[in-house]
Amino acid sequence: MFESLDALLLARFQFAFTVSAHIVFPAFSIGLASYLAVLEGLWLLTRDDRYMKVYEYWKTIFAVAFGMGVVSGIVMSYQFGTNWSVFSDKTGPILGPLMGYEVLSAFFLEAGFLGVMLFGRDKVGPKLHFFATLMVAIGTLFSAFWILSVNSWMHTPTGYTINDVGQYVAADWFNVVFNPSFPYRLVHMVLAAYLTTAFVVGGVGAWHLLRNNRDNGARVMFSMAMWMALLVAPLQIVAGDFHGLNTLEHQPAKVAAMEGHYDTHKGAPLILFGIPDDEAEETRYAVEIPNLGSLILTHEWNGEVKGLKAWAKEDRPPAEIIFWSFRVMVGLGFAMMLIGLWSGVQRLRGRLFEAPWLFRASVLMMPAGFIAVLAGWITTEVGRQPWTIYGLLRTADSVSPIGAAAVGASLLSFIIIYFTVFGAGVFYIIRLMLKRPDAGVVDDSSGPSRAAGITPMAVFKDIPWINQVLSRRS
Amino acid sequence: METVFHFDLAFVWAGLIAFAILAYVVLDGFDLGVGILFPLLDNDRDRDTAMNSVSPVWDGNETWLVLGGGGLYAVFPLVYATVLPALYAPLTAMLIGLIFRGVSFEFRWRTNRGRFLWDWGFFGGSLLATLAQGIALGALVQGINIVDRQYAGGWWDWLTPFSLLTGAALLVGYVLLGATWLVMKTTGPLNDTARAFAGRAGLITLIAIAAVSVGTPFLNEVYLHRWFDWPTVVLSLIMPLLVMICVWSLYRGLRLHRDTQPFLSAISLFILCFIGIGISFYPYMVPPSVTIWDAASPDDSLAFLLVGAGILIPIILGYTAYAYWVFRGKVPPGGYH
Repeated sequence: MFESLDALLLARFQFAFTVSAHIVFPAFSIGLASYLAVLEGLWLLTRDDRYMKVYEYWKTIFAVAFGMGVVSGIVMSYQFGTNWSVFSDKTGPILGPLMGYEVLSAFFLEAGFLGVMLFGRDKVGPKLHFFATLMVAIGTLFSAFWILSVNSWMHTPTGYTINDVGQYVAADWFNVVFNPSFPYRLVHMVLAAYLTTAFVVGGVGAWHLLRNNRDNGARVMFSMAMWMALLVAPLQIVAGDFHGLNTLEHQPAKVAAMEGHYDTHKGAPLILFGIPDDEAEETRYAVEIPNLGSLILTHEWNGEVKGLKAWAKEDRPPAEIIFWSFRVMVGLGFAMMLIGLWSGVQRLRGRLFEAPWLFRASVLMMPAGFIAVLAGWITTEVGRQPWTIYGLLRTADSVSPIGAAAVGASLLSFIIIYFTVFGAGVFYIIRLMLKRPDAGVVDDSSGPSRAAGITPMAVFKDIPWINQVLSRRS
Repeated sequence: METVFHFDLAFVWAGLIAFAILAYVVLDGFDLGVGILFPLLDNDRDRDTAMNSVSPVWDGNETWLVLGGGGLYAVFPLVYATVLPALYAPLTAMLIGLIFRGVSFEFRWRTNRGRFLWDWGFFGGSLLATLAQGIALGALVQGINIVDRQYAGGWWDWLTPFSLLTGAALLVGYVLLGATWLVMKTTGPLNDTARAFAGRAGLITLIAIAAVSVGTPFLNEVYLHRWFDWPTVVLSLIMPLLVMICVWSLYRGLRLHRDTQPFLSAISLFILCFIGIGISFYPYMVPPSVTIWDAASPDDSLAFLLVGAGILIPIILGYTAYAYWVFRGKVPPGGYH
């Protein structure tokens, strides 16, 4: 039934589908593991029961999400071999050890302490339990470190030579691991994971605040999430800009496609919107701002920005996809920053918890992080095409000698199973999120309004632990 | 073909990968065995207890599979790039099985109406993953056709009477591991049920080991000479003897209610079988043509990862042991959830 389709195309679909389904879970669990560690640390510091309630609330959700991340990740670790065997044989000596380090330093750490974290509090006591949570959080970050190093090397390969059977082998491991795009990609992705989680936590807090704005647990969630949005969203935009400039240096064709430029310009415009057409080699109906493209990319008014026509047609990435995915990511990034600023204003006015429209906007923004992460990955990965290892190994030359029937059948099974199994998982997670945090309500019978307290410290009054430390000192 | 022994990085790594695969088979073997026994237990409370006896450790156990796969990619990329396409269908089935099994641990507790679905997912996933692993093992033992660093066989080569036999053998083996694990970890009626299953599974496992052992030497010349030529023919006498000792210890433990002994005996059985496969295979990674040294990455890659493995594997074993220690002893009926 799949014979009319191309095995290469099916293998690419399968990779795109399974990796997209997978990245959603780590993006959430990297951030959530760190959040849980912070919550439990704050609880140890203050013994404020609200933190423990919120911790338990998110721990249950973490367990469900983490399980889905694990099983969808195992599929990835075998798919390289089943569907991309030529790639695997050639890159094994250089990328394999990095993934080996990921397994040894990250996966075992997470898995080893997950059991204690989920089921062991009564057995090990609060301090060791906090240690277990911390190890799980650190494990997720180690994992991000190694897998992003692998991915970055595929974009900007350095530190290698080629041996007599055609494998890429390391000449300098430091240059392999810390290849030119790695630091940017790592920072960008970890911040993205933190923001993704912050907007989920904030959205859940907001949802419950809309029902009862005195809900203690919801207040803790919402306040902490909005601090993240305020501080990290602008940071992420800066990090993204640096990453973009790094891409311009190493993969200018990708940037040309992101920007929708087919012709090379001095003083290139910034194309806000338009419809790129790879066949006709032009972006139709372009809405442009003159010279701004050059200013952003080269930091010069009349800087030269290469267009896609500077590369042979078979070496270009498809602008029709990444022009859009890039705009989705950037748009959501700015929307997150706006939410953060809005929350900052509300906090300064002492009305963070009396802002129903901010709550509604936050609920609406719950999936924003996931969509932005996916759009960003689509931009960078589709933008790497037609290469698996940029400039060295073509995607078409990486694939296993497999039949379309085998790939098609497994692709179909994965699609059906992922939608049913992960669909059920997401449904359970949403149901858990609809439960109230169960941390009591604020008793503010002494006066309903915080609006009067515009002293500098009032800004921090929403952070219970600072509040507590302050009141303990006084 | 040069088959002289070299003690070098490739050999060390072959040993480490073998250790990872053995650790996986033994550790996830008992999880999967519990999953296969799941619907045969008497009531929901016993099922809760059984599942919770493995909930805190299954993820760590499964990580050895990732180390096996990831390790092959790193240090024996040629094996990774040829065996995985050759075993495309069984490995895909295994992954699908592991998906269902893995998510069921949490999903099952998140729904009342849908619980039965995840009970079936847990059982079906465990069963599918086990059969697929056993069949994949059999297919590998039969040999894989490789030309020019690529798999050159057909898409159904893995399906033979022998691979079905190994699939069935692994199934009863995992059931034995799972049943003896439950003997060790549970009390009361569940313990009695588990003991009964362990008794039956032990016998069938013994028959399966015999069948596979008799079949293997006739798959190719190398195996035949290995098991019937002097001096290695001695092993053909020693190995069955050791197997019988394990089986004797298993039944003695079951009869005398020494609840840990059957599990340890079952593990020993698995280790013996694994050594048996090693004896057949050496020096090949992928019979009949790829040796350990053909498949190895350059020494530089082997050394780079070995530094990390040398430091991290002892630490991993340390905290894994700690995690088992935290949850030592009998599981309270109903479990931790």
